Amino acid sequence: MPTKHLLRIEDLHHSFENEEVLKGISLALDKGETKVIVGPSGTGKSTILNNIIRLVPPTKGKIYLEDTEITSAKNINEIRQQIGFVFQDFGLFNHLTAKGNVMIGLTKVKKMNKKEAEELALFELERVGLENYADSYPSQLSGGQKQRVGIARALAMQPKLILFDEPTSALDPELTGEVLKVMRNLAEEGMTMLVVTHEMGFARSVADELIFMEGGNIVEQGDPEKLFTNPDHKRTKEFLFQLTDLYGEGEN
Amino acid sequence: MNNLELIKNALPYLLEGTLVTIQLTFWSLLIGIVVGLPIAFAQVYGNKILQGVVAVYERLARSIPLLVMLLLLNYGLPMLGLRIPIFRAAVIGIGLRSAAYQSQIYRGAIQSVGGSQMKAARSLGMSKMKAFFYIIAPQAIRIAIPPVANESAIVLKDTSLAFTIGVVELLRQGEYFIATSNEPMVIYLTIAAIYFILTTIVNGGLSLFEKKYQIPGIGIEGGHSDAY
Repeated sequence: MPTKHLLRIEDLHHSFENEEVLKGISLALDKGETKVIVGPSGTGKSTILNNIIRLVPPTKGKIYLEDTEITSAKNINEIRQQIGFVFQDFGLFNHLTAKGNVMIGLTKVKKMNKKEAEELALFELERVGLENYADSYPSQLSGGQKQRVGIARALAMQPKLILFDEPTSALDPELTGEVLKVMRNLAEEGMTMLVVTHEMGFARSVADELIFMEGGNIVEQGDPEKLFTNPDHKRTKEFLFQLTDLYGEGEN
Repeated sequence: MNNLELIKNALPYLLEGTLVTIQLTFWSLLIGIVVGLPIAFAQVYGNKILQGVVAVYERLARSIPLLVMLLLLNYGLPMLGLRIPIFRAAVIGIGLRSAAYQSQIYRGAIQSVGGSQMKAARSLGMSKMKAFFYIIAPQAIRIAIPPVANESAIVLKDTSLAFTIGVVELLRQGEYFIATSNEPMVIYLTIAAIYFILTTIVNGGLSLFEKKYQIPGIGIEGGHSDAY
């Protein structure tokens, strides 16, 4: 069935062993939209992202990238090139410099020639504010810088959308800010993003739509302002208010 | 005959033995790599059955003393009608034991690179093969060099056990010379010195290789363990 959505998830289920962690998730993402998924730990938020690019194949349900059904598509490696992924633990390649990390997908997967790849890599590194660190190895970078390399690596592949899996969870608050700033800029530039995070300030100010999940289900989704101030469900209110109490309303 | 003259007379024989020692070492290490690498792959990427099979092999090869293994190969197998020339028997025994140890080095090196880099490589659209080739292997090799240098030195020294089944390597050449000169102290010391020089060369060579391809954050920072 053709669709105008960039990404559409229909009735997604996932089970680990005998435990069902996703119990029928449906959501859609349009071009240029940023949607943020929040919820308690172990709710299956990251599993959705892993299901989308089939790093963890879903148990049941359908996922469409534009008109292509990708849950059963054979050419998964081609589909993965179109969907960026930013990991909680960065997943940088330790034997490559920042530039090398951004280039390798271009040269080895997209078969771009080295010079072009290098230019694009430097451009993307500049975009995340790391033009002076192109020749640094991951072990020489701070957590925030590593994650920005991770974002540049995803951007360089020129994906249709980027999935962020708790991109700042491994960072201390000071470094969280620099990563969120890059993500905020991307959202403003019109990048399509699906973000799993615990950063409520970011969720509230950047998300076009906020999705609150618990126990493998979407409890409530909608305008972040509404969810934060006047949610329909008691549980949404408890969760978001509790976090706002703990961390305040603003962004770091 | 003074000591220096004695060594001078012994040296041609000892060097002949050294050549055999080097050959034993080379072929044993080669068997170690050729058998050890697939074992490592089976342990990391194989299914449960394959993992079980190689685990049994590894357990056996690491539990039987090398000397017992060599004696079995040389004196045990002929009773079953299988006679292997002594040089080959020595290489098989030493090589198969080294394979078990080398497999653990490679397995550890591959696993230490970490699943998150594999995931990240796959997320870029790399096949498992490509990810292994471009991401895992370059790091695993660097991580494996110091323990491989160590294992090489151990194999080199353990080739002296081939002496017990009659291979005329460095130690046995020395024995011959002691039988005629009756100067065990000088000859054994000379042999020890030759082993020392050989292990130093092996370790030094791999250490140079390691330094040349050193990358910050990979392997043990600040050079490698000089374990002999």
